Amino acid sequence: MSEITRSKAARERAERAREKAAPLGDDIDLDAYSQVAEEHPYQDDPSRLPLETKQRMLETGVVLDDASQRSGTFLQVDHSVVHSKAGQDGLEVMSTVTALEEYPWLKDYWWRAVAVDADKFTAQAELHQTHGYFIRVLPGVKAIQPIQACLYLSQHGLAQNVHNLIIAEEGSELHIITGCATAPIEQEGLHIGISEFYVKKGAKLTFTMIHNWAPKMAVRPRSGIIVEEGGVFLSNYICLKPVRTLQMYPTAQCVGENALVRFNSVLVAPPGTIMDVGSRVILAARGSRTEVVARAITTGGIIIARGHLVGQVAPVKGHLECRGLILSEKGRIHAIPELEGLVEGVDLSHEAAVGKIAEEEIEYLMARGLSRDQAIAAIVRGFLSVDIEGLPPQLEAELQRAVELSEKELL
Amino acid sequence: MLEVEDLTVEVEGKEIVHDISFNVDIGETLVLFGPNGSGKTTLLMAIMGLPRYRVTRGRIVFKGQDITHLPVDERARMGIGILFQRPPVVRGVKMREIVRACLGGREDGAVIEQLAQKANMVEILDREVNYGFSGGEIKRSELLQLMAQSPEFVLLDEPDSGVDLVNISLVGEMINELLQKDRLRSRTNSGLLITHTGHILDYVDADRACVLLYGGIWCRGNPREILVSIKSHGYEGCAVCQK
Repeated sequence: MSEITRSKAARERAERAREKAAPLGDDIDLDAYSQVAEEHPYQDDPSRLPLETKQRMLETGVVLDDASQRSGTFLQVDHSVVHSKAGQDGLEVMSTVTALEEYPWLKDYWWRAVAVDADKFTAQAELHQTHGYFIRVLPGVKAIQPIQACLYLSQHGLAQNVHNLIIAEEGSELHIITGCATAPIEQEGLHIGISEFYVKKGAKLTFTMIHNWAPKMAVRPRSGIIVEEGGVFLSNYICLKPVRTLQMYPTAQCVGENALVRFNSVLVAPPGTIMDVGSRVILAARGSRTEVVARAITTGGIIIARGHLVGQVAPVKGHLECRGLILSEKGRIHAIPELEGLVEGVDLSHEAAVGKIAEEEIEYLMARGLSRDQAIAAIVRGFLSVDIEGLPPQLEAELQRAVELSEKELL
Repeated sequence: MLEVEDLTVEVEGKEIVHDISFNVDIGETLVLFGPNGSGKTTLLMAIMGLPRYRVTRGRIVFKGQDITHLPVDERARMGIGILFQRPPVVRGVKMREIVRACLGGREDGAVIEQLAQKANMVEILDREVNYGFSGGEIKRSELLQLMAQSPEFVLLDEPDSGVDLVNISLVGEMINELLQKDRLRSRTNSGLLITHTGHILDYVDADRACVLLYGGIWCRGNPREILVSIKSHGYEGCAVCQK
């Protein structure tokens, strides 16, 4: 990393936050993980990656055998960027390390949406950054296909500390599909992912993230999103596979008038999994709107589903919704919705329901001739189905496939 | 087709329906009048086999088979269908999906569209089942599901409640189709129809009627005559009327 762009002040703040425990989630001993990774060779043609790796990536929506389906690809395995390419004019895809060297002005975006000293994880990402992706779509450019990124962990006991930066310039449009996964082996590891998003005036960014971790992984994403006037940020987060501990609370700030933010998450916690996942939206400009919807299923794990809407000016409108299904005696779902109105004239609401599948619904479907198992399957499938407005059909099909895979394991 | 013999039904330990007996022949429609709380819905739910409605005495025979202790889905597959008065919302499950399930899982998009058109429900096929539905939409959705299921015996729980004038004639048409009212001979489908107000009888003809009071059958007779009497004297009139 170039010393010119790396801010001394940020480094000092990070040094001071080195031991700072995060306010939420179990504390993690960072020294238990290795910072040294074996290098992986760069691949010009990502379809030549090992079949097993490709399959694992495909499960998170990352397609490597058909370049025509994507407008760009970024692949990182452990600490190595193994592929990075933009396939359309007006799109940029590279490592953030390279980007910071190439564009000195990027320092104005670095650690602006997320605080470098938020906790020991942000500090570690500053002090031991191991790449991460830079994705930028130039003003007025509309990406034809989604850009995909995959952060993959293959080395046992490794800490991956990535810092991603995404800029959707004025009037641009882009879908990003990012898959995070581990090699299909008994994998212990730590993934720290800082993501800073900038959605400029009139731009539209859809960000779909599928997590596919392993039962011994610790995961600490730290995301901040800044949305300007008339900008749209749509986030879809899907985590259907076991993970030892996952804690994240992405925060979006609507700083421009009529900005729109939507968070949609689908979580499944098998036994042994602890997920503490929330979405926070700060409505700081007139006419800004948000909708946060979380659907959570536990088959024995713990899910803490948080949500926090802050209305700082009026008029603004926000709705928070959490639905939880408990499919096992041992599972636990804790929904914590928070609404904070700071001025008169904000319109904030929330709706939360946690429980088992209502017997009445099962019997209703049975009265139409479905067996009990078929009725439960239909309800669970419906609960998990990702029906998100504006998704390209192909991406929708990919998400549906991920849901079907997990549904088979659930029932 | 359906024989109900000395049926007693409990809901959460409380006896609601006491020793009721009646039968419905092939092709026949029986209407059941009664005030709120008289046990009409309990009786229908018990015939459908919903577990909350527990039969403590008597039996239900359908097409010659004792179904008193059969689970609800088996009764549905034998040919009994029900229009619920207040069906639950099933979040995440789409109307299209439930209609497909009613068709027995056959992936026939064209049939679904055709049925939805009849029910004036095309634009609702991609909505979640009963979520945010108006009173009329609920009835049309129930009838759409029944048309797909095509049962030989239809239980109709207050199909006229909460339905405006625009919707009621469509509701009536759909019930007539389910009950094959266009056939004068060779009608094979039968029905048991509950109504509190009797409005639906302006659209659907019934062959016989019973009045249910205090969990028992109070009187039996011609649907129009009984309705006229209820309209002039109210159910209070029924209560003082000697059987």
